[in-house]
Amino acid sequence: MDLTFTPEEIAFRDEVRTFFREALPADIHKKMAEGHHVGKEDIVTWQRILNEKGWAVPHWPVEHGGTGWGPMKQYIFQEEMQRTPAPSPLQFGVFMVGPVIYTFGNDAQKAQFLPRIANIDDWWCQGFSEPGSGSDLASLRTSAKRNGDHFVVNGQKTWTTLAQYADWIFCLVRTNPEAEKKQQGISFVLIDMKTPGIDVRPIQTIDGGHEVNEVFFDDVRVPVENLVGEENRGWDYAKFLLGNERTNIARVGVSKQRLERIRALAAQVSENDRPLIEAPWFREKLAATEIELKALEMTQLRVVAADAKRGNKGQPDPASSILKIKGSQIQQATTDLLMDVVGPFALPFQEGEDDFSNEMPIAPVWAGPAAPTYFNWRKISIYGGSNEIQKNIIAKAILGL
Amino acid sequence: MDFDLNDEQRLLKESVERLTTDRYAFETRGKVMAAEPGWSAQMWGQYAELGLLALPFSSDHGGMDGGPVETMIVMEAFGKALTLEPFFTTVVLSGGFLRHGASDDQKAALIPQIADGSLKLAFAQTEKQSRYDLFDVAATARRDGDGFVIDGAKSVVLHGDSAGKFIVTARTGGERRYKGGIGVFIVDADASGVSRRGYRTQDGHRAAEVLFESVRVGADAVVGDPDDGFPLVERVVDEAIAALCAEAVGAMERMHELTVDYLKVRKQFGVPIGKFQVLQHAAADMFVALEQARSMTMLATMMCQDEDAAARRSALSAAKVQVGKSGKFVGETAIQLHGGVGMTMEFPVGHYFKRTTMIDATFGNAEHHLARIAGGASLIAA
Ligand SMILES: Cc1cc2nc3c(=O)[nH]c(=O)nc-3n(C[C@H](O)[C@H](O)[C@H](O)COP(=O)(O)OP(=O)(O)OC[C@H]3O[C@@H](n4cnc5c(N)ncnc54)[C@H](O)[C@@H]3O)c2cc1C
Repeated sequence: MDLTFTPEEIAFRDEVRTFFREALPADIHKKMAEGHHVGKEDIVTWQRILNEKGWAVPHWPVEHGGTGWGPMKQYIFQEEMQRTPAPSPLQFGVFMVGPVIYTFGNDAQKAQFLPRIANIDDWWCQGFSEPGSGSDLASLRTSAKRNGDHFVVNGQKTWTTLAQYADWIFCLVRTNPEAEKKQQGISFVLIDMKTPGIDVRPIQTIDGGHEVNEVFFDDVRVPVENLVGEENRGWDYAKFLLGNERTNIARVGVSKQRLERIRALAAQVSENDRPLIEAPWFREKLAATEIELKALEMTQLRVVAADAKRGNKGQPDPASSILKIKGSQIQQATTDLLMDVVGPFALPFQEGEDDFSNEMPIAPVWAGPAAPTYFNWRKISIYGGSNEIQKNIIAKAILGL
Repeated sequence: MDFDLNDEQRLLKESVERLTTDRYAFETRGKVMAAEPGWSAQMWGQYAELGLLALPFSSDHGGMDGGPVETMIVMEAFGKALTLEPFFTTVVLSGGFLRHGASDDQKAALIPQIADGSLKLAFAQTEKQSRYDLFDVAATARRDGDGFVIDGAKSVVLHGDSAGKFIVTARTGGERRYKGGIGVFIVDADASGVSRRGYRTQDGHRAAEVLFESVRVGADAVVGDPDDGFPLVERVVDEAIAALCAEAVGAMERMHELTVDYLKVRKQFGVPIGKFQVLQHAAADMFVALEQARSMTMLATMMCQDEDAAARRSALSAAKVQVGKSGKFVGETAIQLHGGVGMTMEFPVGHYFKRTTMIDATFGNAEHHLARIAGGASLIAA
């Protein structure tokens, strides 16, 4: 056992840290640091900067633009990016559909899509969930019927994150309604969002934002070339996709950055005429969260180190469920702490980045996103397999219950 | 001991709930919230007609002689319906200052206007630095002839954008955090030197930032003792906290109902999700949290007019802690059990969650009141 990074890893960490600090545009950094929403432009700008450097898709195979770094370096890279804090490259492309395409897609698909994913020339979204199929994803009903050299797709997806910007959507569709098990009749298809018959409707979330959508398909014709892998094997690819994200899922760097900021802000507000950061109850709550986070970081590092030894890449592993559960709880705990810091200034609803500081009188501008983030981040324990589902996985797959 | 409502109180509860059920459907509320002024003048008229705006005031001034239990009944019903009108700020909070501190002349002048719905008031108290400390007042009231000149900036003044008058705390003497030297004043919203900026709050209510710049008021603007108004402030805020607890309980009860209903109808894996024992337990835990909050709200209601200020304060703080904790648990669990739909504006449950969250942040959150209890005498000493 050894807790230290190698000198090479430390040099690498310093290199990426310096790069992120220098290359991230100041306005994007400010939005991220203050907990504001980053828009499409910001994500595109940043991902292109990364791609220029060859770092947009570091975890991909070298022949498709990856770096060849091992799991530990991948982890350091992600954590440093989160701590900067910089936006993540578009997850749906670089972490989800990209790996599915280079693992299961054909050469034409690889050539057509992978470079454009890396450079975010296409905006991708994920069409898995349906109104009737959330946790029970395999029950999905959106159908794709073969008609000559096309599939004709009918049905509805929902909760489709940032579909309002999307050029492409990757979907799970039912191609064989007669299959013995429902998992066996599902295929993984890529659909151009400009195809006639697709309708995107916004869903407003409780924080007032627009990040999710309903996507309707009405006789949408999808060329058979857009089938990934084999017909009716889509469930395997979906499982691969969902289990893939082991270096990133816990978002340790995000929580570290938020706790550092909370500590700094708690020095600026006062309680009982003393800085809040000196209040014993607050210090204990903050410390308790830091302890949870340290434990999660160690668990995460154990997973990464084991991956590094095994040379394991992207095998679904029930241990990811630990990372997902604790990662979501800790991220949510950081939003609680920020609510404690802002106190009564949680109440005003500030549109976008309204700066109240120039107006009369008063709420500090950094208080604006506190409550919306607290509300919005309830989603983290719901999406990507809810925490209840993650516990079912642990109970079944690890504990054999 | 008796925890039951009497016949009149039951009648009040039924009539308020009937009104909100008939007239305050979720969709109606959404429309009201989206339009100006952010609450329904029509409902306000209905409340006046039902006598709700006169409820806590003495019949000497045209009131209904209601006590804390009556206020609890109304606030709980309003919590269930998530009403948006300035009832709490006008009747409970500002009304509290009038009931406990105002002169007969002031009462005679203002209470009838409140009762008939023509006057709305707001309490201008929070300041940039004050956080939840009611005695932390930087705004000043300088003596000027027989009147005062008020200067100061107040923040998150609930329903301050539609108030015709403000109840303002300002310092007549002493240092910023001195408990003496605080005066309570009634100030016209259109008095010269008053300006305000209204805005929406996270839960769809309204508030304002209010600036008082050399605002001159006469001696008749003073509520109670201008040099020792703090006990009045505490007393009124304690009653207000009891009322907010009741509103939160109403909201929690509704979240719990919505969630249990949803568990019965939402199917995944071929069964209603309510068949999964882990969700049954979560719903049971919500129920436990709700009932604990309800019990403490009853304690708060019965203690909020206690003459023993120390006992009163500690009971009220304890209730605010319990309600804050229960509200957070019930709200977060309700969203979690709803899955994605709980995250949307289209479903009611998230709106309740936002309201209970904001109630926690009003007049001291759970952490604030917990620290107060922890720093004082034992709550359970007989
Ligand atoms: C903000 C947001 C963004 C999203 N983005 C996307 C996206 O881009 N693309 C996409 O495809 N999907 C997306 N999702 C959908 C997400 O994956 C689903 O919400 C999730 O799978 C849960 O499904 P559901 O909402 O239908 O809840 P349900 O499955 O109906 O669950 C309701 C409750 O029941 C519990 N439950 C269900 N089954 C069990 C069980 N067997 N045992 C115990 N408890 C159970 C759940 O944990 C939950 O608490 C997003 C969701 C949100 C909230």
